[in-house]
Amino acid sequence: MKRIALAIAACCAAPVGAAENHSFNPDISLILQGRYLNAEDIAERHITGFLPAGHDHGSERGFSLDHSELMLSANIDQAFRGQANFAVADGEVEIEEAWFQTLGLGQGFTVKGGRFLSGIGYSNEQHPHAWDFADQSLVYQALFGAHLIQDGVQLRWLTPTTTFIEFGVEAARGQFFPGAEAGGDKNGAGSTAAFVHIGDDWNESHSWRAGLSYLHAAPKARESHLEDASETEALTVFSGDSNTWLVDFVWKWAPDGNSRERNFKLQAEYFQREEKGELTCADNSADGGVCNDTTGRYNADQSGFYAQAVYQFMPRWRVGYRYDRLDSGTVDFGANAGLLEHTDYQPTRHGLMLDYSPSEFSRLRLQLTRDESMRGVTDNQVTLQYAMSLGAHGAHRF
Amino acid sequence: MKRYLICLLLPIGLWWHSAAHAALNVLACEPEWGALVAELAGDKAAIHVATTPRQDPHRIEARPSLIARARNADLLVCNGAELEIGWLPLLQRESGNPRVQPGQPGWFEAAQYVELIEKPSSLDRSAGDVHAAGNPHFHVDPRNLLPVATALAARLAEIDAANAAHYQHRLTDFRQRWQAAITRWEQRAAPLRGMPVAVQHKNWSYLLRWLGMKAVIDLEPKSGVEPSAAYLAEVVQRLRQTPVRMVLRASYHSPRPAQWVAQHSGIAAVELPFTVGASEQATDLFGVYDDIIERLLEASQ
Repeated sequence: MKRIALAIAACCAAPVGAAENHSFNPDISLILQGRYLNAEDIAERHITGFLPAGHDHGSERGFSLDHSELMLSANIDQAFRGQANFAVADGEVEIEEAWFQTLGLGQGFTVKGGRFLSGIGYSNEQHPHAWDFADQSLVYQALFGAHLIQDGVQLRWLTPTTTFIEFGVEAARGQFFPGAEAGGDKNGAGSTAAFVHIGDDWNESHSWRAGLSYLHAAPKARESHLEDASETEALTVFSGDSNTWLVDFVWKWAPDGNSRERNFKLQAEYFQREEKGELTCADNSADGGVCNDTTGRYNADQSGFYAQAVYQFMPRWRVGYRYDRLDSGTVDFGANAGLLEHTDYQPTRHGLMLDYSPSEFSRLRLQLTRDESMRGVTDNQVTLQYAMSLGAHGAHRF
Repeated sequence: MKRYLICLLLPIGLWWHSAAHAALNVLACEPEWGALVAELAGDKAAIHVATTPRQDPHRIEARPSLIARARNADLLVCNGAELEIGWLPLLQRESGNPRVQPGQPGWFEAAQYVELIEKPSSLDRSAGDVHAAGNPHFHVDPRNLLPVATALAARLAEIDAANAAHYQHRLTDFRQRWQAAITRWEQRAAPLRGMPVAVQHKNWSYLLRWLGMKAVIDLEPKSGVEPSAAYLAEVVQRLRQTPVRMVLRASYHSPRPAQWVAQHSGIAAVELPFTVGASEQATDLFGVYDDIIERLLEASQ
């Protein structure tokens, strides 16, 4: 009997191979995303009191296609893994991510290089299809446009403790807001970031993660459009230092850790940004403006946060609420003080969403938003959104 | 409450018990594989189990605590066959741990040593939660644990060569006890042969095939898709034409669909321990199958 058992053992110890992947093709996934938006007719949307962070996605009224995302990823060899993410819209393809990453460098170290979503904050690394609301929080819109993309290198180190503690540093070109294209044109880094993330399970049902991040950017000739004191559009050009602190926290609950039926997620992020340097307000007298190419000091100290809760109350159905609030803080326009006026304002926004996911691959969402991010405007919005994922089964971060 | 406590304490207990003289750090994705490592390694391994019997192994998040465990693991023992596809790749990538990467000795995928059934003839997500490699819930047929145990013991010996004889000895001992138990279970379960049953999800296919029972109907319209009330009413209608003796579900699934169907068609709803710790009796691997068979026999009376 024993001999037979061992013979069986010998024959069956070799892999049957059922779970092996037989092709070298990368995992491909395509995200289809679009919406219907009912909102006030506002020609130029901007967050009052903040220098605009470039273009803003998804503010078209009526039916619109967000960009579609195409993602490819695979292990390159025994040492590296690679991923690319293309955002495709009419007439343009944006490279959102294109990076390689080391596979198990050892001692808890991981190096990433190329274009990647920065590890700062909590939701910065989430792609739009993984957002819990139809739009990005005001904090991220004001801070980074949508999220901070870095062209450079990232080093992460995971400590050997049973509590999750991760340190990360990044050095990058820094051409994206709050950096600027010209700021990256130098030897060294136009943008540097550092972060620490700590997380654990409180018990079987509760888990959490908290983080503290810092970003330094050195924009050179960063252009933003503002209204001057005569309410005429003016082009401002900023050069100097931009330092941002971010604090983030997320807490998740599911009964017995089984998120299948019900689960709850609470997440909040706070940022504080200080910018110091010189600002030029380009001559707009031809348009009836008051700017006259004066260059002067620019010091700004601004902050903001969002807090959101999402509850899956039964399989496939979730409801969520998000509160956004920014503080335009103190801004000193120096020699331009009479020409550009700082608006002391606290932009706020309330968002209420209900979404339905027939499977892990599809989601339909209704969102009601009361947007008071522009002074004097209360914009009550209704958004209907879909996000569909075709192809490879994604693995989302915590 | 008592059962809940056992579920909670068992993985911790396993870990605590073995942590004292640990040589190998093992992270097991599911309790059954943690228990198998414990059978083969004894006190030579410190075992941490990533999931509990109350959790659906398909719907786990790559939580910070799990990434931290993967960071220090010498060996990752998982089911494979895409069961952990939504979280395990992230654990491997984020861990910065070269030992547990695909292709390395520290990465053990049990499904590689078993012939899977219910392989889909075409891959199309309109068919529900399809696993390309086949049905991944193979551990509920205890015969499948023999080749896995053999391969796992060889792997333990490869990683921890100093204790190779220890693992070989424990494997031989485990195989003997397991073979004897299979014979005992098969004799005990003989009256169940040919019995028609309904299943809430396709995670009992290997068990039913082993015991010669017949899954007549699924409560899910497509695999992994929650049944609607209308669909369950249709199931009850169909059960009038083709009656079954009981409806089976695992403890991590909601009891509601099985209970509703059971009430409306006058049959028994049976909760079976899907893994170690899922019931009071299922304190180790042997207890899982002892309890499964006793519950099936009881429900068939």
